[in-house]
Amino acid sequence: MKRREFLRLGALLPMSGWIGNFAHGAPATDSRKLLVLVELKGGNDGLNTVIPFADARYRSLRSRLGVDRDKVLKITEGAALHPSLEMLAPSWEAKQLAIVQGVGYPDPNLSHFRSIEIWDTASKGDEYLDAGWLARAFTLSPSPASFAADGVVVGAGGMGPLAGGSGRSIALTSPEQFLRNARLAKAEGESRNPALAHILRVERDVMVSAERLHAGRKFTTAFPLGAFGNAVNTAAQLAANPEGIAVIRLSLAGFDTHANQQGVHANLLRQLGEGLAALRDALIETGRWNSTLVATYSEFGRRPQENQSGGTDHGTSSTHFVMGGAVRGGMYGPPPSLDRLDGNGNLPFAVDFRAYYATFLERWWGMDSPAVLGGRFKPLDFIKV
Amino acid sequence: MRAPIATPARGFARIPAILALALVAWATSLPASAAIGYEGARHLLNRTGFGATDGEIAASAGLARGEAVERILAMARTEASVAAPAFVNESFVPYYKLRGQDEAQRKATQQMNVEQGFELREWWLREILLTPSPLTERMTIFWHNHFATSQQKVKSAKLIHSQNVLLRSQALGNFATLLHAVSKDPAMLVYLDNANSRRQAPNENFAREVMELFTLGEGHYAEGDIKEAARAFTGWSIDRDTGRFVNRPFFHDAGTKTVLGKSGRFGGDDVLDILLARRETAEFVTRKLWREFVSPEPDEAQVKRLAGVFRDARYEVKPLLRALLLSDAFWAPENRATLIKSPVELVAGTLRTLDIHPMNLRPAVVASALLGQNLMSPPNVKGWPGGEAWITSATLLGRKQFLERLFRGNAPMAAPEMVAVGDEMKGEAGGPEARARRMMERGLQAYAFDWWRWSRTLQRGSSVEALMLATAAVNPVPPGTDGAELVRFLASDPAYQLK
Repeated sequence: MKRREFLRLGALLPMSGWIGNFAHGAPATDSRKLLVLVELKGGNDGLNTVIPFADARYRSLRSRLGVDRDKVLKITEGAALHPSLEMLAPSWEAKQLAIVQGVGYPDPNLSHFRSIEIWDTASKGDEYLDAGWLARAFTLSPSPASFAADGVVVGAGGMGPLAGGSGRSIALTSPEQFLRNARLAKAEGESRNPALAHILRVERDVMVSAERLHAGRKFTTAFPLGAFGNAVNTAAQLAANPEGIAVIRLSLAGFDTHANQQGVHANLLRQLGEGLAALRDALIETGRWNSTLVATYSEFGRRPQENQSGGTDHGTSSTHFVMGGAVRGGMYGPPPSLDRLDGNGNLPFAVDFRAYYATFLERWWGMDSPAVLGGRFKPLDFIKV
Repeated sequence: MRAPIATPARGFARIPAILALALVAWATSLPASAAIGYEGARHLLNRTGFGATDGEIAASAGLARGEAVERILAMARTEASVAAPAFVNESFVPYYKLRGQDEAQRKATQQMNVEQGFELREWWLREILLTPSPLTERMTIFWHNHFATSQQKVKSAKLIHSQNVLLRSQALGNFATLLHAVSKDPAMLVYLDNANSRRQAPNENFAREVMELFTLGEGHYAEGDIKEAARAFTGWSIDRDTGRFVNRPFFHDAGTKTVLGKSGRFGGDDVLDILLARRETAEFVTRKLWREFVSPEPDEAQVKRLAGVFRDARYEVKPLLRALLLSDAFWAPENRATLIKSPVELVAGTLRTLDIHPMNLRPAVVASALLGQNLMSPPNVKGWPGGEAWITSATLLGRKQFLERLFRGNAPMAAPEMVAVGDEMKGEAGGPEARARRMMERGLQAYAFDWWRWSRTLQRGSSVEALMLATAAVNPVPPGTDGAELVRFLASDPAYQLK
């Protein structure tokens, strides 16, 4: 253990609240276990991502947007991947891709902004929380002090599930650029002015992380061109960083397909599939595939009944992907209940998104998930024991 | 490793800052008829504009609050002072023509869109820098953020320009008029998909956002209200050849709808009037203006009072702004320096305060975009979240890098470098963002701060720190720091990010 790490742990212990409880006293984040979250911004159409191709109701609800039966990539008797996701097939065949269906929450909110806030903070529908669910997790169970950061958000968007809390998270576009500019951070001190205090904290996090981030890693894996491919490249570099990182968050935007969905959605799924496949290759190349989970999330799915503009309106529950060497591949959660739509024509949920999160917290990191999620949610079984 | 421990600056270097704070406290305890002083003028001008200059501040310092606010409101404009790019006078290119294009044509169209998008943003930034009424541009950006519409989806710089003209025409005009007009604005009809909404299965996108983001705010309507309102908006579309607004009776659902407890054979305008009649609408807009001009935490009692002013004035914006800018909260010491500059305010404000006049504004446009605010391309219909969300490690370092560039000394090489800027967008490795970054970095070499010229614009006795910072510097100024070094030092201080 480095001296610095020892000092930081020592400083944290009196405040951790877990003293005397061995199960929680150790750093809850295994130093090599990484979670890569991929946010599909705008609300991804789960029904045209993992397609219930054999369900006659799917055909009638999606008379224009339904994907032809002979074009889909069948994975089970009733479910098929959208043809643009063919790059995910190797993970599925290796039984390293879990497909979680019907992920949502009670009394769904159909506003993008409120719903992603619910997902980011893991709140109840009528509850407003300040800190993201991962920020709360790292506040309760700090990562080892040697870590480069608790979380890294790739890109200039918000901090999402890593916002707030007392953990240490940073945002960057590429490690090279981050390190080049980090020398410009120098402020020390505190302020009672909340805006200034926020800036000072970001500045301090930059300085600490910059000491522990490495840049310039080269891969034989080829990354797709474009913004998402670049973000995947950055994620792969971060995953290979010798000093640990517990979470990396990527995002792919444009899923709010109210009109002319067909081509737009196919293109987005192709970017997603190619990006995730490149990430898998790079993680295998760097020996991190078995110690990394890659998981998608989105504010909601879309309405089963297509609209007259060749698109779909805001929906509720949706399907998500989890992949990694430690994943037990297969289908989780029931197929979409197209026969049980609610008053707005939307799907009921089957898997609470907090149970999805509890799986990462408990089964991946061994954390106390009720303390983070404010309640007991039974984890799913998509991680190998 | 440096200990991240609080080490507030002490001693000699701190004194001017403390003096400045004391002056603020003293000035704000005076009756409203007293002169606002240098600090007061700086606060008012920077909260309502972009990086006031020392001369501008000095010119307002002798005014009382009422006079200073009135002077700003009286300057309000309805049109830009800078001529729009030539392409806005060309005819609209119909969307159906784009669909029929082959690969090469599509590429050419895309390149034209990128180029026109740049020209548009450069035009707006030039207006921001040169306008006689910075408040008009602040409000135009405010409405752009409120009625957020993105060129990335609309794909027509011409339509985006028309919307910008509309927003400016009512920037300090009437909110009800603006809401009705924006709802029929072609760029908005395309952006929120109403142009294709038909009675058989209405598109709910616009109906939802008009309630959630433009008028009532989340939680003040039900899903059923959205479905009913969506029926009322069917038929509002654009002419496929001219791109102008057109009402299509054949698409319209003429039946009876029930929205927020009212029933009738409503059209779109009726629904908008129902929304405008709700108390929540005035409060929602007022709360947002409070966050824009006063502090991050609106005082609910004051919001209710100000929203009453707004309603009594039948949604005229000027009376509301007047009441807001004359409120005690606006001038209160505890609300000074509590807002974080937006990227546009940081970039344009720095160029204005430091008297930097670049010929080519494209690097500044790109800088703002890389810092998280690409005008005319907000991230989504909610606009930019703003506030603390402006500052992440990525954007804070980007801001520091931008500022650092301005102090690299004069670059006689700048002119030939600028010629190459147009070629930067193609053919280099690293993806579009890396290319944009390189273009910005090279382009900014022409943006050098000139201490000798700038120092001659300062009034005798003006304090560089009082001009540059809204609150005391966090990092103590090392004794003996002066000239361009002092300006550079203050611009690199975290307090420089505040307004």
